[in-house]
Amino acid sequence: MHEPPKTLTPSEDVATAALTLGVAADTGSSDKPRSLWSDAWHDLRRNPMFIVSAALIVLLIVVAAFPGLFTSTDPKFCDLTHYNGGRAPGHPFGFDRQGCDIYSRVIYGARASVTVGILVTSGVVLIGGAIGALAAFYGGVVDSLLSRFVDVFFAIPLLLGAIVFLQAFPFRNIWTVIAAIMLLGWPQMARIMRGAVISVKESDFVTAARALGASDMRILGRHILPNAIAPVIVVATISLGLFIVLEATLSFLGIGLPSSTVSWGGDINDAQSSLRSAPHVLLFPSVALSITVLAFMLLGDAVRDALDPKLR
Amino acid sequence: MAASRTDEPILEVRGLVEHFPLTKGILFKKQVGAVRAVDGIDMKLYKGETLGLVGESGCGKSTTARLLMRLDKPTAGQILFHGEDIAQLSGKALKAVRRNIQIVLQDPYSSLNPRMTVGDIIAEPFQIHKDVAPKGSRRKMVQDLLEVVGLNPEHIHRYPHQFSGGQRQRIGIARGLALRPEIIVCDEPVSALDVSVQAQVINLFEKLQKEFGLSYVFIAHDLSVVRHICSRVSVMYLGKIVETGDEEQIYERPTHPYTQALLSAVPVPDPTLRGHRDQIMLEGDVPSPANPPSGCRFRTRCWKVQDICAVDEPELIVHEGLDHPSACHFADIRRVIETHVVG
Amino acid sequence: MSHTETNTNPVPGIPVDDVRAGEDPNALVLDVENLHVEFRTRDGVAKAVNGVSFDLRPGETLAILGESGSGKSVTAQAIMGILDTPPGYVTQGSVRFRGTELLTLPEKARRRYRGEKISMIFQDALSSLNPVYSVGFQIGEMFRVHRGASRGDAKKKAIELMDRVHIPAAHDRVNDFPHQFSGGMRQRIMIAIALALDPEIIIADEPTTALDVTVQAQVMQLLADLQVESKMGLILITHDLGVVADVADKIAVMYAGSLIENAPALDLYGSPAHPYTERLLAAIPRVDLKGQELYTIKGIPPNLTHIPTGCAFHPRCPYAQRPICVEQVPSLHDVSEGRRSACHFWKETLDGSIKNR
Repeated sequence: MHEPPKTLTPSEDVATAALTLGVAADTGSSDKPRSLWSDAWHDLRRNPMFIVSAALIVLLIVVAAFPGLFTSTDPKFCDLTHYNGGRAPGHPFGFDRQGCDIYSRVIYGARASVTVGILVTSGVVLIGGAIGALAAFYGGVVDSLLSRFVDVFFAIPLLLGAIVFLQAFPFRNIWTVIAAIMLLGWPQMARIMRGAVISVKESDFVTAARALGASDMRILGRHILPNAIAPVIVVATISLGLFIVLEATLSFLGIGLPSSTVSWGGDINDAQSSLRSAPHVLLFPSVALSITVLAFMLLGDAVRDALDPKLR
Repeated sequence: MAASRTDEPILEVRGLVEHFPLTKGILFKKQVGAVRAVDGIDMKLYKGETLGLVGESGCGKSTTARLLMRLDKPTAGQILFHGEDIAQLSGKALKAVRRNIQIVLQDPYSSLNPRMTVGDIIAEPFQIHKDVAPKGSRRKMVQDLLEVVGLNPEHIHRYPHQFSGGQRQRIGIARGLALRPEIIVCDEPVSALDVSVQAQVINLFEKLQKEFGLSYVFIAHDLSVVRHICSRVSVMYLGKIVETGDEEQIYERPTHPYTQALLSAVPVPDPTLRGHRDQIMLEGDVPSPANPPSGCRFRTRCWKVQDICAVDEPELIVHEGLDHPSACHFADIRRVIETHVVG
Repeated sequence: MSHTETNTNPVPGIPVDDVRAGEDPNALVLDVENLHVEFRTRDGVAKAVNGVSFDLRPGETLAILGESGSGKSVTAQAIMGILDTPPGYVTQGSVRFRGTELLTLPEKARRRYRGEKISMIFQDALSSLNPVYSVGFQIGEMFRVHRGASRGDAKKKAIELMDRVHIPAAHDRVNDFPHQFSGGMRQRIMIAIALALDPEIIIADEPTTALDVTVQAQVMQLLADLQVESKMGLILITHDLGVVADVADKIAVMYAGSLIENAPALDLYGSPAHPYTERLLAAIPRVDLKGQELYTIKGIPPNLTHIPTGCAFHPRCPYAQRPICVEQVPSLHDVSEGRRSACHFWKETLDGSIKNR
């Protein structure tokens, strides 16, 4: 159907007047090629929220990968004589109910959280993204079926579903936890991707690619996905923090990671009984968890602002 | 038809139909009606000429563009490219045809992938049709194309948003030209551009036509632009062609009431004509293409309407005493505009 | 609904003898003087409007002509007082409505002028009308808010207005929603809203650009008829030289935020006094010409954060002369009664001798 000839609306004329796009006139005022990604990166670098959260996350990953750099104490070496002990030289956070060094357990606990967070998010983006993209791209019956499939999983509450899933296994390890969260977390990503692909699919440049004879794979991979990925990245970044909380919650409930694995959630669970008498046992793993989640949420916010086309 | 060509048309459309089903249903959709966007049209395009397709919203010209490009499969009808029907083609055969028919789109701000460099955008046709240009020569070909459309070949690493609207449209043209097609379908290629830039792009189209022997199907709603660039014109209304002729016949001797109304409404930048123009005011709105009027589709807004118009759909034929086809029972010449010859 | 009329267009906007009660027919209804508007952005200060002056008499039609980025819409928004602040700021100038300075009025007082004395219609009626309220409600809002009318009275008035703008079966359609109307009808609804309180001026910002040409003709005819009926002034903002030729009494041409020429319509088209106007006229295809050659203007309009030195048009002007055009900003020279041009060589442009250089 005929699209009305586009001339600028008053607000667009204003934007042109403000000219935030920095369009290069023939005068060649902008000499370096500037992709939208590099523009976003340029904005991010100047955003204090990004710098702080990125620094925290980098620290977290280093801690998770090389805990030995931060502490020489064995987190599993527990001496009951130090039961709920307070600060002591070499043990800045004190001791927990079993006499284990809390500082060391906070350091080593990062690994579980980071691993779960990254693996679950990757899995969710890949599975959910693939299903959402295919549903949106092919449309029709394919979309109807896949969307109903997504809806079914979407309706299952994340935590309850994870609990039920985990009960099915006689053993507990990090992989069941990852699988549980992934299984119930992918629908959201599928929906985000589906929405993004649907809006990009109708773009003129996709039409132009089809007119050239591009294959479906090329159109999906070269044209649609790079332009649809932005909202997925934003949601993934924020969700990462939520997945970590979820794992901690499951461990807290006693059905997540086994107690043989050092985890913040497990430690928070153990600290419940000592809440009155020795609050520091609960404090440190909780703060670690909170800071981690906050860092990812701030990162997600900063990335969303940088990638938001309306602010460009 | 006056001055008809003796050679065969390189593109011919016969009885082209495109109905978009209107559906209801959640999982399995049921058809409850159809939008009759294109309802049986015939067209001929000869080598080296520019055929204009004009009409207003809902007339079906953009849908026709998509059908010619085989972006959609027609519901019925034939599209003959050098005599071969491409209407129902698919797969490799269709891909091969695409080398010969390309498109330039309307909106310079959305027709280029913002995440690809200009060089990649223009090189993509070579990546899709690998046999057109060997890998080593592609970069040079891209730079040549940039030069041909009047852009700096050194800008191949830049991104679309670093160019103005007119420049982006040139990039789109370069992309369309890459495979050296015979035909380029231009879908409102200058409507979204500023007035001072439109002239640049129009002139570019003409220059490229001469240089590369291109034939254009030029789709537009701006009759002034169409007159300037097209040698023959077809006027569309609600999915049908109501009049076809060469530029002189349509602009100086229009015979269909809709064509006449359309021409009378085109603004002319000449205040001395105020009060002296033959102005035909149409009333009412364009009917819905899902439910077009019986008989002649224009009858609900036509001042010549008679009973026969509701019953008998007029055929697009050359009526007695006239020199080009018109789909009206009462086709008659009315010189709506006063043409002046320049130069 | 199914017939058409052939008419020869009455020349619109000529002030008629009968005057609005008690008002001097020759007094200026709007007087804009030396208006400056800036946009302060992270990429710099964009000078969107640089010293624009024009006036309007009752019943007159002024066209502000310019391409994108010329500042024409910003000028209108500054007059209406609907500029986005931040980032837009009126830094200088005055806008007087029948002698009252609008720019210094407090917002509450300003609002009384907006809609009642000066109203505005926009390009895209679909996004300017609220999709969740019926059209009758939106038209009636003017009466409920400004005149304290009751819902019932407001609705009656809405139907009256819809009739006045020739929306068929207004009584039946008053409760319909914007999306149920065609583009042309929606534009009429916007005009109805603008007309509601009998303003003295309507500012129309690209009112017909998004419409089909036959609908455009209907809408422009409607505006012309309404003007004659109520002696309303019309400021038409557009880039379309054809539409302007049909309706404008006088024209102000804007480029890169500045007024570069103003003249009565016949003079502007017949003998332009600025190279930009002259080149623009040579660059547009005309439906009544055969064998036309389109002369292009090279380059593109400038980035408003980096307006060229001297004459803003000099990089694109085929007649530019160093050093004067590059260094000196041309002032608005008086060409004749009611005509001004901001070009160092306006005389040569006017008599055509500039082409021989």
